[in-house]
Amino acid sequence: MSTQKPILQMKQIHKRFPGVKALSNVNLRLFPGEVHALMGENGAGKSTLIKVLTGVYSIDEGSVEMEEAPISVQSPLESQAAGISTVYQEVNLCPNLTVAENIFIGREPRKFGRILWKEMNKRAQEILSERLNLQIDVTEPLYMYSVAVQQLVAIARALNISAKVLILDEPTSSLDKNEVQQLFRIMEKLKQDGLAILFVTHFLDQMYEISDRVTILRNGEFVGEYMAKDLPRLDLVLKMIGKELNLLEELPSLAEEYKDSLGEELVKADGLGRKGAIEPFDLSIHKGEVVGLAGLLGSGRTEAARLFFGADKPDSGKLIFSGRSEGVHTPREAIGRRIAFCSENRKTEGIIGDLTVRENIILALQAKQGVFRTISRKQQEEYADEYIRMLNINPPSPDHLIKNLSGGNQQKVLLARWLLTSPQLFILDEPTRGIDIGAKAEIQKLVLSLSRQGMSFLFISSELEEVLRVSGRIAILRDRHKVKEISGKDMSQHQIMQAIAGG
Amino acid sequence: MSLNRKYIPIVVTILLFLLMFTAGSFRYTGFFSLQVLMNLLIDNAFLLITAVGMSFVILSGGIDLSVGSIIALSTMVSASLVQQHGWSPAVVIPLVLLMGAAFGCGMGAIIHYFKIQPFIVTLAGMFMARGLCYVISIDTITIDNPFYTSVAQTKIALPGGSFISISAIIALIIAALAIFIAHYTRFGRNVYALGGSEQSSLLMGLPVARTKVLVYTLSGLCSALAGIVFTFYMLSGYGLHAVGFELDTIAAVVIGGTLLTGGVGYVLGTFFGVLIQGVIQTIISFEGTLSSWWTKIVIGLLLFVFILLQRVLSANRSSLKQ
Ligand SMILES: Nc1ncnc2c1ncn2[C@@H]1O[C@H](COP(=O)(O)OP(=O)(O)OP(=O)(O)O)[C@@H](O)[C@H]1O
Ligand SMILES: [Mg+2]
Repeated sequence: MSTQKPILQMKQIHKRFPGVKALSNVNLRLFPGEVHALMGENGAGKSTLIKVLTGVYSIDEGSVEMEEAPISVQSPLESQAAGISTVYQEVNLCPNLTVAENIFIGREPRKFGRILWKEMNKRAQEILSERLNLQIDVTEPLYMYSVAVQQLVAIARALNISAKVLILDEPTSSLDKNEVQQLFRIMEKLKQDGLAILFVTHFLDQMYEISDRVTILRNGEFVGEYMAKDLPRLDLVLKMIGKELNLLEELPSLAEEYKDSLGEELVKADGLGRKGAIEPFDLSIHKGEVVGLAGLLGSGRTEAARLFFGADKPDSGKLIFSGRSEGVHTPREAIGRRIAFCSENRKTEGIIGDLTVRENIILALQAKQGVFRTISRKQQEEYADEYIRMLNINPPSPDHLIKNLSGGNQQKVLLARWLLTSPQLFILDEPTRGIDIGAKAEIQKLVLSLSRQGMSFLFISSELEEVLRVSGRIAILRDRHKVKEISGKDMSQHQIMQAIAGG
Repeated sequence: MSLNRKYIPIVVTILLFLLMFTAGSFRYTGFFSLQVLMNLLIDNAFLLITAVGMSFVILSGGIDLSVGSIIALSTMVSASLVQQHGWSPAVVIPLVLLMGAAFGCGMGAIIHYFKIQPFIVTLAGMFMARGLCYVISIDTITIDNPFYTSVAQTKIALPGGSFISISAIIALIIAALAIFIAHYTRFGRNVYALGGSEQSSLLMGLPVARTKVLVYTLSGLCSALAGIVFTFYMLSGYGLHAVGFELDTIAAVVIGGTLLTGGVGYVLGTFFGVLIQGVIQTIISFEGTLSSWWTKIVIGLLLFVFILLQRVLSANRSSLKQ
């Protein structure tokens, strides 16, 4: 394979944004029939490299060659025409259009200039069900579906473009195990067809499973290109973060030691349910406890969390708060009771792109205090600095616009926003999505240490290892039912998998 | 499939129209007739044409405040060229259409390439077009060209003794064409995508620049055509024609169920939005004693209700489904 010539080659690429050197002297070679992983910490420049390649940003310096001829791509449209099909990080589709349109727009089947809707819907249904194993109504607008489904739709769109190069920027961040496997099967097949695939992920396992070749970036600089099979895990991590990482190994013991001691009950769901979202369930959360919610996508995890936060109205049961029987009816009330909810949907429900990092961090606290008790500028800066340091937000400047931060760093800002309100119960829906391994360990550690200080968590994650590591008790959901609750020694990956599979 | 939530605003609009028309029919003798219905179209032909163009602009996430002024300018240019310079309508009408399209195209290009808010750019366009009217003449120019007068007077008979005007037919054709364009052409779908998310449209490789410029070109073209139809209706050119008309147009689009934030709505809704405005006027004229300002009051109320309705519906949007 390696005797082949690269189909696409980027040489000595430089890109700077005002105040940030995002890429300097980066090289990338993509070979036909290979999966090439692009690895690096949050803010390393992975997405920027993809965006300069596909014409979203202009290249400051450097050259791009496709099939040995120099190309200069000025827009995503041109990059598609050149045979590069891209799924950008975060879902970049139109929520107001139907699922089918999102897959086809720009390439709709037509006859005499007239769009053939029936044909388009049929083909969209086929692509989703045959290639991605997803059965949904493609005539519904996209906003009706969860981030994971939207992610799959974005992938379907990219697959539907006949291309020589396929770029996937963190396509797996919101997918569950089965869906990832499904995606990998497709990638294998495309590889056999001679496609060159560029793949970004923060999951080392996934990288090793699917990739042939790896390029590593650190702080916008090119570290090197390696064959995946010749690169041991430790070396990979070392090259990515520039130092040894041993946080992860320490963690499980932290979880173990504390699991037995339970505080008083903080909140209890008593037959709480909502039709079409989640069947009535009981679940209590104690003070200082981390309760995990495990289950496949669409098993009702997010829906259950939303009921806890009052974001949706339950149509049965109630939420009992510290022994009192009145429930939480609106997010406002929930915030008043010091419940915080960090949504999985950071793009639409979370960040406010045109505000700075500092303003985004301060937002929830300010809302809680009301408009009349403004937080002084000095205080704001102190808070911002504190959390930027604590969560290692990069670039460490509170005055950057948040939309210019890398995906993972945006997630950290969101966490900071809610942490600042010092909640009693913190609902975390996929808190580590898109976060690099170092920061992930930091966040898990943070959850554990805060829970020791008495903060309770409802922790949702598609990554079982993560749920297992931080939770004292795990509720397992299947098909919108709570099927099992396990705690202490019973908790194992095997147990959870069985419950999820319906064993 | 039960009634899809996305159709609620348009269904509400249509029901509202039917309700008003029925109420009028019960209350006033002579109200329930094909002719009253036709008159709605005849009297609001130019509103319908302008509102169709505006629908595309609003669907794309923009706004066009220049439509009223372009109508005035079109009447002025038509009247001046035909009446004072003796040009043939066969030359003048295409010329006016071209002028409107070019004007819109220019605004669209400025909006896109200089990244200036459409509100500002079209506001400037509004003042400019209105000002240009007075460069031509500060007085009304009456038209007595035989072509214009004959088009104005032609009544096309319909079964049952009622009739329709040429302007109304033009408006209907434009509306039908627009529905087709919005639904069955790539340009139409790109407009919706643009209104949904400009950033995503760009990343999906859609021709964002072209679509945006075309949307304003189309709106300029529609306004110019509305200006021509308005000339048939008024048989004059005047710099004070259609003052504040942009707001009537926007109201018609919003009452038609189109979201001001873009990406959601239907041209058919706009059609009924225009009819609703017409029916309110008709009811008020049948009532006889009410001042015509009541039209504005009712439209104001309706606008309010519709914006509330959209608010409620879009608040529900966040509830997920797997
Ligand atoms: N439009 C922009 N303007 C200014 N700075 C930007 C812009 N886009 C990215 N950056 C900066 O460039 C750097 C690289 O960001 P990039 O999004 O490429 O990181 P990444 O490797 O994809 O990280 P993640 O894993 O979090 O997605 C970051 O410091 C980011 O703040
Ligand atoms: Mg990225």
